[in-house]
Amino acid sequence: MSAGRDAIMGSLRRALKRGAEEADAGARQAVDRRLDEFPRGPQPARAQIPPAAQVDLFEAMAVEQAATVARIASLDQVPAAVADYLKAANLAPKLRLAPSPELENLPWDGQPMIEVETGRAEGRDQVSLTGAVAGIAETGTLLLASGPEAPTTLNFLPDNHVVVLKASQVVGAYEDGWDRLRETYGRGHLPRTVNFITGPSRTADIEQTIQLGAHGPRRLHILLVEDTESGNGPRDGG
Amino acid sequence: MDSSPRAFKANARAAVKDPQLKRALAHVKVGFIGKRAKAVARLPEFDALRDAARDIKVHTLDHLDLYLERYEERMTAQGGQVHWCPSAADARAAVLDICRRVGAKTVTKGKSMISEEIDLNQHLEANGITPVETDLGEYIVQLRGERPSHIIAPAVHLTKDLIEADFRAHHRHLPPERSLEEPRELVEEARGILRERFLAADVGITGANFLVAETGSSIIVTNEGNGDLTLALPRVHIVIASLEKVVPTLEDATTILRVLARSATGQEFSTYTTVSTGPRRAGDVDGPEEYHVILLDNGRSEMLAGPFRDALRCIRCGACMNHCPVYHAIGGHAYGWVYPGPIGAVLTPGLIGIEEAGDLPNASTFCGRCEAVCPVRIPLPKMMRHWREREFERHLTPRAVRAGLGLWTFLASRPELYHRVTGLAARLLATLAGRKGRLRSLPLAGGWTGVRDLPAPQGRTFHALWAERNRSTGP
Ligand code: SF4
Repeated sequence: MSAGRDAIMGSLRRALKRGAEEADAGARQAVDRRLDEFPRGPQPARAQIPPAAQVDLFEAMAVEQAATVARIASLDQVPAAVADYLKAANLAPKLRLAPSPELENLPWDGQPMIEVETGRAEGRDQVSLTGAVAGIAETGTLLLASGPEAPTTLNFLPDNHVVVLKASQVVGAYEDGWDRLRETYGRGHLPRTVNFITGPSRTADIEQTIQLGAHGPRRLHILLVEDTESGNGPRDGG
Repeated sequence: MDSSPRAFKANARAAVKDPQLKRALAHVKVGFIGKRAKAVARLPEFDALRDAARDIKVHTLDHLDLYLERYEERMTAQGGQVHWCPSAADARAAVLDICRRVGAKTVTKGKSMISEEIDLNQHLEANGITPVETDLGEYIVQLRGERPSHIIAPAVHLTKDLIEADFRAHHRHLPPERSLEEPRELVEEARGILRERFLAADVGITGANFLVAETGSSIIVTNEGNGDLTLALPRVHIVIASLEKVVPTLEDATTILRVLARSATGQEFSTYTTVSTGPRRAGDVDGPEEYHVILLDNGRSEMLAGPFRDALRCIRCGACMNHCPVYHAIGGHAYGWVYPGPIGAVLTPGLIGIEEAGDLPNASTFCGRCEAVCPVRIPLPKMMRHWREREFERHLTPRAVRAGLGLWTFLASRPELYHRVTGLAARLLATLAGRKGRLRSLPLAGGWTGVRDLPAPQGRTFHALWAERNRSTGP
């Protein structure tokens, strides 16, 4: 294809002592097999637990990483929960909403004070609201995927990122998240951007002291919708 | 400080006498080591994950040509473009070409050690394009005209008062009465300045922690979110990566991610792990319109052929330097090139030549802590010895050192004898040092004790202590 490619490939093949096509058949097979089977590495036992316990673990780990979590009983309660958040954080009642029908069709008219705009983030947006693909219990990590209904800029430009996550979306390990993406996009395919997000932005570049809000959101707030049938009766704080 | 590995000895001598550097480096010792230990203790599977991470890297390096082919295939199918660059000059030219074609004036940059390796910023500036480092530590060292002194904490050699002075010198709008004493205030100031740069940039350049053959993706790991604003806002996203960053699958990347943050900063997981695949898709309302990957060799395919192949397993976590007594004493700049610490002592001679970097493999006490913490189990001390032997064969070493090394090689190839002799020497030194536990001078080690007291061994060798520790805490 290019001289650079030929030079590098030639040098790699010499280093690996590659020979004729047939001689390398074994190596090719090993590569094909690994790509085909995508075996998992050791799975941390901490997240191999029943679904309700995974939800609790997700919440505990996310809070440990300085995210805040509010549990709500249904999607319909999202607008009121957003209003509560804006009030408690002393923020202007303005919201940039991901252009997804599921979020747009929520009963926003019940919160006439909140000015709702949809679309990608602009530099001056203070608060965004997005959905998620999954929540990874292992480390309290959100998994988000870009698309027409989920612009990536919403996850990084505004000072406050509010995420709607359903309990049914909580999985144990990161690999469970990959499997969900494979179901949606097909094997070997990913959307343009996949974000794993664990707590708000931070830096320790000045004398190793952790400061939140380096470049990305200063605050990450998760609205955890308890949509699963079993195991989510009244909780005692887990 | 002369920034060349040839000046290592002089640099190291100057560094140990620098009180400001000493204060700054104290943070490395307490911060990183304790945080890593805590994170490791919380994950019983940690050592099994290290083995798995090592095996993934070994397998990938053994099949590097084939995985790169597959990676290119997938990546191109998603609309991206690979630029194969044998040398640093090729990589600089490829980046500049893209920037020129799109008429770029400013370029924002996420943290990338490869960019340092190819001296990209100087090249862009010389051609009228302004590169803006956006990782806070990188931004600070760019203001100062320095290199990063650590691969994950670029400004770890600086104290906050120095950073305040830099900000006051460069950010002209700052009124003198505005306080910048607290790290919090410094972070706010940088956030404000860089916000505008993110929004104005024409091209965003990031590094890559991984390239994934299965999907043709690049993955970056950050805490600040600067990498994400760099890759999401400008019209063009350029990724700079070296050959050995490729891994087979998303699962393989995940296994390594589980040991990366814990080894680096002691975090359970970094704040942002971001997977980019090609340019924006039909219907997307943001994201770059072009996606390029600069694939750099720069000596790596040759390293793959020789005894230093294992060094290509490195995932750049920084744990080896965080735990290195030499790094603690002299910091990163003394090493004179891009990669400091134990991995730098192994990589630098491989990438720029042993003639240039012959002193670096001597920057070791052979305490073995680097290998003990390396998440992909690179035998760093053994590799430093390899380089020393090469140096020896080339007859570049002064005669006295040759004699000492001869004795050492004799002992090292006889493990039983080695342990007995070093154990004996350790006890002897402990006795000599007496209750203060410091030795003011030591025959044959004037180069070391001339500038610092040698901490006397605590009566046993590292091997003995380590074996005991493992017995008491389990593997
Ligand atoms: S050599 Fe090992 S410990 Fe050092 S940076 Fe590389 S992976 Fe980390």
